[in-house]
Amino acid sequence: MPILLDLFLTFFRIGLFTFGGGYAMISLIDDTCVERKRWITRDEMMDITVIAESTPGPIAINCATFVGYKQKGLPGAAAATVGVVVPSFLVILLISTFLDRFLEITWIAHAFQGIKLAVGILILDAALKMIRHTEKKPLPLAIMGCAAVGMLLIDLLALRVSSIALMLAAAVVSLSVFLCRQLRGKGAGKP
Amino acid sequence: MIFLQLLIGFLQVGLFSFGGAYAAIPLIRSVVLSYGWLDDEMLTYMIAVSESTPGSIMVNLATYVGSSQAGLPGALIATAAVVLPAFVVIWLVMVLLKKLLKNPYAQAVLRGLKPCITGIVLETGVFMILQNCMGGVRQGSPDWVSLAVTAVLAAIYFGSRRIRGKGISPIALIGIAALAGVAVYGI
Repeated sequence: MPILLDLFLTFFRIGLFTFGGGYAMISLIDDTCVERKRWITRDEMMDITVIAESTPGPIAINCATFVGYKQKGLPGAAAATVGVVVPSFLVILLISTFLDRFLEITWIAHAFQGIKLAVGILILDAALKMIRHTEKKPLPLAIMGCAAVGMLLIDLLALRVSSIALMLAAAVVSLSVFLCRQLRGKGAGKP
Repeated sequence: MIFLQLLIGFLQVGLFSFGGAYAAIPLIRSVVLSYGWLDDEMLTYMIAVSESTPGSIMVNLATYVGSSQAGLPGALIATAAVVLPAFVVIWLVMVLLKKLLKNPYAQAVLRGLKPCITGIVLETGVFMILQNCMGGVRQGSPDWVSLAVTAVLAAIYFGSRRIRGKGISPIALIGIAALAGVAVYGI
């Protein structure tokens, strides 16, 4: 199959089966692009996740553009991005045109209640894969712990703080530690 | 001119929404309400619909608002507008990435961001499972049915890896969960 068509169809499939936003999609993209298609490595998957989180826009679009571009430049990026958007576009268009009371259809509501349970598991799975891939050193582990606890407080207390604040803090801490170490290294006459 | 408004409104959403749809909901709310495209109640309903339909929540909302305001052309314009900034930004990152990622300072920042995002994703998963199984965290009375279904789904998903290398795919899990939902909650 030509690579552009493959990218389009693969991301069409990912777009069709992603419920509940970007984090659940990490598991799907990992499963498809790292383990089955081998388009990207797990290291790159980690980079994509970070870049998608730190850049504006839906995570799904960021990921599709990244993988597509890596495979086939700009045309590849376009094929993957259009592919991931089309399923939700068609579904919503259908709903907004024909189904005023979509969520009141009982079997759909029940199916979605079930899907929500699966989405929680998929996000947890994405996190476990990322943890396995995290350096087991004090600083990264501390940042990870603080981020998880901080986010939990934000959610439990319904604070109006975005995860971006946590990410900025982590970036500042990591950069400061790096600069301190560099200064100390120079002070001791190390390269 | 509605098409121009849709274009500008959703370019704004696409350009300034960092960190996924949930973080972006306040921004989406302010844009959508300020143009008067949806009222608060309709927006809440549409967020629920976007969560229950496949795809990115932001894209779903853009398609819906565009379609409700100006039919198919409106849906196309709003969707393209919300997608375009993310596409262009990632393209620029990819073009500049090779040089950028080798910079030691950029690497130091990335070393901090990775564990931070890992922690955020971990919390999101755990919190979502808690919410699903506790009938809303603050209520505190467990929803035994959801708890049982979650346990079975997790056992199938993680257990299948023990038996057969890669285990079942996330798509299969979603299919099983949808059927389980119809069967269990429908009774």
